[in-house]
Amino acid sequence: MRWSGFLRRLVLIPPTLVGVGIIVFVLLRVVPGDPIAMMIPPGASADDITRLRALYGLDQPLLSQFVTWSGQMLLGDFGRSISLHQRVLELVTARLPATLELALLAVLIALALGVLIALAGVYVRGRRAEWLVDAAIGFFLAIPDFLWALILLLVLGVLLPWLPISGRIDPQRDVTFATHFDLLESLATFRLDVAADLLRHMLLPALALALPFAALVARLLKAQLAEAEDQDYAQIARTRGFSRATILTREVFPNALIPTVALSGVQITLLLGGTVLVERIFSYEGIGNMAIDAVINRDFPLIQGLILTFALLFIALNLVVDGLVALLDPRLHHG
Amino acid sequence: MMASGMPGAILICGGCIAMRFHSVSRRTLLQFAGLAALPLGVPSRAAQAAASTLTIAYNVNLPSFDPTVGASAVNPTIQSIYQAIFDPYIGQAADLSFKPGLLTKWGWNEDRSKVTMELRQGATWHDGSPVTPEDVVWSLTRAADPKGGNPIQFVWSKINNYKIDGHTITADVVEFEPVLFKWMAFLTGYVLPKAYYEKVGAEGFEKAPIGSGPYKVDAFERNAFLRLKSHPGYWGPKPAFETVVFKFVTDPTSRVAEIESGGSDLTFEIPYEEFDRLKNKPGLVGQTKPVSDIGMIFLTDIDPMLDRNVRLAANHAIDKKAIVDRLLHGYGVPIATLEAPGYVAFDPAIKVAYDPELAKSLLAKSGYSPQKPVKFTIQTTRGFKPKDYEMIQAIAGMWRKVGIEANIEVYEIAQHYELRARHALAPAAFYNWGNAIGDPTTSTGFAMFAPSPHSAWKGKDLVERIGPLWGEKDEAKRIAGWKAVDKYIADEGEVIPLLQYVQPILHKKTVKVPPQANGMILPQLITPA
Repeated sequence: MRWSGFLRRLVLIPPTLVGVGIIVFVLLRVVPGDPIAMMIPPGASADDITRLRALYGLDQPLLSQFVTWSGQMLLGDFGRSISLHQRVLELVTARLPATLELALLAVLIALALGVLIALAGVYVRGRRAEWLVDAAIGFFLAIPDFLWALILLLVLGVLLPWLPISGRIDPQRDVTFATHFDLLESLATFRLDVAADLLRHMLLPALALALPFAALVARLLKAQLAEAEDQDYAQIARTRGFSRATILTREVFPNALIPTVALSGVQITLLLGGTVLVERIFSYEGIGNMAIDAVINRDFPLIQGLILTFALLFIALNLVVDGLVALLDPRLHHG
Repeated sequence: MMASGMPGAILICGGCIAMRFHSVSRRTLLQFAGLAALPLGVPSRAAQAAASTLTIAYNVNLPSFDPTVGASAVNPTIQSIYQAIFDPYIGQAADLSFKPGLLTKWGWNEDRSKVTMELRQGATWHDGSPVTPEDVVWSLTRAADPKGGNPIQFVWSKINNYKIDGHTITADVVEFEPVLFKWMAFLTGYVLPKAYYEKVGAEGFEKAPIGSGPYKVDAFERNAFLRLKSHPGYWGPKPAFETVVFKFVTDPTSRVAEIESGGSDLTFEIPYEEFDRLKNKPGLVGQTKPVSDIGMIFLTDIDPMLDRNVRLAANHAIDKKAIVDRLLHGYGVPIATLEAPGYVAFDPAIKVAYDPELAKSLLAKSGYSPQKPVKFTIQTTRGFKPKDYEMIQAIAGMWRKVGIEANIEVYEIAQHYELRARHALAPAAFYNWGNAIGDPTTSTGFAMFAPSPHSAWKGKDLVERIGPLWGEKDEAKRIAGWKAVDKYIADEGEVIPLLQYVQPILHKKTVKVPPQANGMILPQLITPA
């Protein structure tokens, strides 16, 4: 990607976010469900409802509400959560790192597993063992992440109670963090017992997210590797006496990687979407878990803040992946 | 993470990262090696601290600490947590009766123009300062402020002009509210610390709340857990467990996994099938108790529910016992009115018999039959309450046999609230109605009185009958009046009460859990077995 292209993408970010903001704002007010109706106690009168509606600014015309909200957004104020009574920005920035760490771990596991399976699959190409690899890929791909979450919960949490099944850290542990990136911070500060505890809690949700993604990476990469291995340069390397393993890892792999990276970018955004249910199942305190509560409570400001955050994340991820593809693909350097 | 006793709450460890880089010891390197193998199977700190810690797999998240403001303040399922941290003005016993809390005495004067409340002496806030009458007056005044955001403001505003004399507080009655003191034991009826709240503000209080309850907040991870430590200055009996951890496990399957894996000592609100499976498992105990929550079908006074024959037929065609036995595994109590057994206005003499033949004959009078059924929509949630959708499916099946064809429409609970507030529910709509204070005003009253935004039946017949009961000063006459209203509603079929819910609680044999009729899981009452 050229600098001009990169800059053009950057310039497009604000209008994209504005578009997302408008759609979310309107949709939330069109779909059934009213945050005030959620908090009306028995005995409340029509006056009480009017009073509560005014308290949260929901008595204003839709346009006026939108103008107020957009004005606040421009000043970096995402508003105040109706159900949690805290600033949305504060809530999102406190929880987003937990989701990012979980997604990062899931991506690392998925890439490691996917690459290993793909290399193994290509290595046994044409043999009976290839069928086994393909079947394994199909199996992992067929089961969605939230179902993997339940399977892992029951197998590794209940049947063989090896790993914790809820939360991000042992509730008995007294620990403080300067940032909300608990895992990265504990690793950086060599509090390895804390890091191990965090990893133990993250492993099952990360695996649940990683397994379908790993299967996808494996399927794509295996096909790319097989195709690249049949290319002339790989055949020439073989005639020059290089071992198959060397050719696969040093010559074929880098070339097969580019489409895999491009597709992985798209898949990471889907993986982030998958955190919503997986975080819920493992009671993991990320923004996905928070998003479900926000929707149940019809917490408009929080839902708007969370969706904009997801939108920003997706845009940023796509930019990073495009940049990475450009970096890996020599053809694009001379475009 | 929010940590103990630190006003301002989120502990900042500025500089931690830089400070710790310089000292990479042999121990650290060994830890690194161990990290690669993740210490599977190594007992966690939770296991080591288990003896003095009670861990509860809780079914909802805690949205907010202030128990007097916003939606969470009126969410009955969160009150167990609030009552562990904050003291209600008045306590409630396991059978829904009332007992002293922070107030040791309370009552009206002869002509109901004044109230008197006496504050307990020796109660302290979690920061060690004493609970004062000024705290009580400030809490009540704040609750009554229309701009304060208290959803029950309309109750608290019924008294004002407070006067303090020692530990005795008096106030003038603006408008007589017979259940004022009952509200003091439930939703938003908590005393908060005036001086502390004014010092830290609303946001500061959310970050580091203090109350005067048996437990103080030690650590809170939103959507993950709340850790409480016992309050050494608590005026009541010292809790048996020094530490209580509420794990927020909102998914029922995950809650089952929590108790089955031993990760929690106690859980509740799990599917009845799982409850039956696990209650006989070694090391676990299952207990059930009917709670102050009922399943019901609202009837909206629109066509065809304006036809009394249709309403009564819809009532008589439902075999509630079969629903309880077959769908709920026996965990439910069929009811005939909105007053469940244990509520003060419960009248066992009121009955609505299961009689499909009567239902058929009633429908025939209006020209309907199984061949020519009356048609309407029934709305229901799916998965919000145990077997809600399945119950409505079964009811639709029973109705079909007598000549009622119900089209089932699934909606979210948020939609139900909105539709009900707009008086736009379908002719029939399933809902559950909790009534932890057991008073008829908070069940039949708010559910059936037309001016209430919660009622689906807006008929004048009920307005005339219920209206005078709101201000009735003679308690016996008031309760008798409500029973008469319930009888009238049953005779007219203006609502379909279905069943009283039974709460399944599953816990380890190592703990003893006294069940509460209001459905609360109060850690301060749980003891080692």
